[in-house]
Amino acid sequence: MENRITSLLHQKGENILSIYFTAGYPELNDTKRIIEELERCGADLIEIGMPFSDPVADGPVIQHSSEVALSNGMTINLLFEQLKEIRKTVSVPLILMGYLNPVMQFGIEEFCLKCKETGIDGTIIPDLPLEVYQEEYKEIFEKYSLSNIFLITPQTPEQRIRMIDLLSNGFIYMVSSSSTTGVKESGDNEQIAYFERIRSMNLRSKQLIGFGISDKASFERAAQYASGAIIGSAFVTALAGEMPIEHKVNAFMLKFLKTSII
Amino acid sequence: MNYQSDEKGYYGTFGGAFIPEMMQQNISQLQSCYIEIIESDSFKEEFKTLLSDYAGRPSPLYYSDRLSDHYKAHIYLKREDLNHTGSHKINNTIGQILLAKRLGKTRIIAETGAGQHGVATATVCARAGLECIVYMGAVDVARQSPNVEKMKMLGAEVRPVQSGSKTLKDATNEAIRDWINNPVDTHYIIGSVVGPHPYPDMVARFQSVISEEIRIQLKEKTGRETPDYVIACVGGGSNAAGSFYHFLNNPEVKLIAVEAGGKGVDTGESAATTQLGRPGILHGSRSLLMQTADGQVIEPYSISAGLDYPGIGPMHANLFKTHRAQFLSATDDQALKAALYLSQKEGIIPALESAHALAALEMIEFKPDDVVVVNVSGRGDKDMETFLKYFQSVK
Repeated sequence: MENRITSLLHQKGENILSIYFTAGYPELNDTKRIIEELERCGADLIEIGMPFSDPVADGPVIQHSSEVALSNGMTINLLFEQLKEIRKTVSVPLILMGYLNPVMQFGIEEFCLKCKETGIDGTIIPDLPLEVYQEEYKEIFEKYSLSNIFLITPQTPEQRIRMIDLLSNGFIYMVSSSSTTGVKESGDNEQIAYFERIRSMNLRSKQLIGFGISDKASFERAAQYASGAIIGSAFVTALAGEMPIEHKVNAFMLKFLKTSII
Repeated sequence: MNYQSDEKGYYGTFGGAFIPEMMQQNISQLQSCYIEIIESDSFKEEFKTLLSDYAGRPSPLYYSDRLSDHYKAHIYLKREDLNHTGSHKINNTIGQILLAKRLGKTRIIAETGAGQHGVATATVCARAGLECIVYMGAVDVARQSPNVEKMKMLGAEVRPVQSGSKTLKDATNEAIRDWINNPVDTHYIIGSVVGPHPYPDMVARFQSVISEEIRIQLKEKTGRETPDYVIACVGGGSNAAGSFYHFLNNPEVKLIAVEAGGKGVDTGESAATTQLGRPGILHGSRSLLMQTADGQVIEPYSISAGLDYPGIGPMHANLFKTHRAQFLSATDDQALKAALYLSQKEGIIPALESAHALAALEMIEFKPDDVVVVNVSGRGDKDMETFLKYFQSVK
């Protein structure tokens, strides 16, 4: 299966910078502008969050952005509407990230079809279990060339990682520590040992490290052990405030790029 | 028909384990060992001894002359309110703390609505010498303050939850987040028959002592083991699961589950999940869920903090779907009236939650020979403030 994610991983094996934001935050119609500005400023991959009322894997920052987005009126329907013409202006891979219930209510096949029509390349659905995906959804996702991205954590046993590796057709989302989103990555010996352990497994899927990646130092540390890293809460935090949305995106990316190796 | 869960935790199409990878290890561990542990002789012996010597079981099955006279049937009250800590919740927490010890866990977390499960968890943690943190919605902290003080006195830390509607659903979210952040040393004692497999089945097994006793007690008192009706309130549904458990395969026993109607099922301020919900996923299992067309969870409402939950355990969703149980709902007012009635006719002040079950007595046409068991799941001490406000308003 090929899509923009697999091409990116093929062409650029290292220092991949992926940025997450919550659709509908801070303003309902910021979605397209944030994506365009992120690409212009050098993001390699963009994860668009579909807000949910009960985001149990998320810390306070993404909880808050989800709450604001929902009260602004964001829905999956509206998101697809906003993204309808996104492929006229944006070429980086786009991933939709969110919890299973809203996707299920939208209808799994309908959702995948809409993704394909819109130019979405992948999904991250943290509470969709591997086993359910394998038995019920895999065929549908692949029919629409969608990479479903699975998470691994420091607690995931080797055998399960091997299984996830075989089932993955994008990258593996490597959660940097046992935590919800937005908890600062520790960089301690235990974490480095985990990064090294995964690297030494020589998995066929590439890995991006996420959770707690917030600045140059943490990105660089992660990028030594994987193909790149994902920034979420730190970017969402930078979107608060009164300036025009492009300025906020630009300021964050400039600050990041200026001090970074990429 | 089998009303129990299969090996993957499904009750028909409901149940399962829809959890993020961060919880996978803890849940897999529980799934693979819970049956073996809780069915072992040493566990059963210890559990049984604590239920009797520590919690005060068996709880009495009390024949109420005055309710029987009033409702023209034989009404028995299962007195879970007389358990140590004042409700059925202690049955489950004793079971889970013994399990946590065997798993080598040193830190316990729990969510609580009315505070009954929080108190029951703090109690068993004090006895076991384990650290205890209880998540409780800020709204519930305010309306159930006696229980908050009890938890503190028992040595637990109560963390008020400020997110969402600041009630039981949000307390559960926060407890799950805690577990994700502390996966190694911590066991999460879920208080109801909700959550990912194996929780619904495990909690139902621990609570099944209620119906096990009803069978024995009824036989002693009436010569028959099965009643015509078992009535229990349902939030997540642990006391109902326990009351129904040993009657599930006796189709002649009518199972009545009473949900919180709040201000009325059609008012937008209700927690009657079977009437207002449809299949969805929350807190790790597929069940009936109050939600918008877009799949966002709707904030429920009930005067009773313990029933103020937008979902229902997967076992109950299946009992509803298969029509094995009949689901009724009682409004705030109906529950308050039922609480006052029991207090003044029998000298028993029930918990607001249990008062919903009692309110159902008004809704059913009994035959004079019918034997009816109502589970009085808890006592009303914690609700005195709410009761007093109500009595002042109706004066």
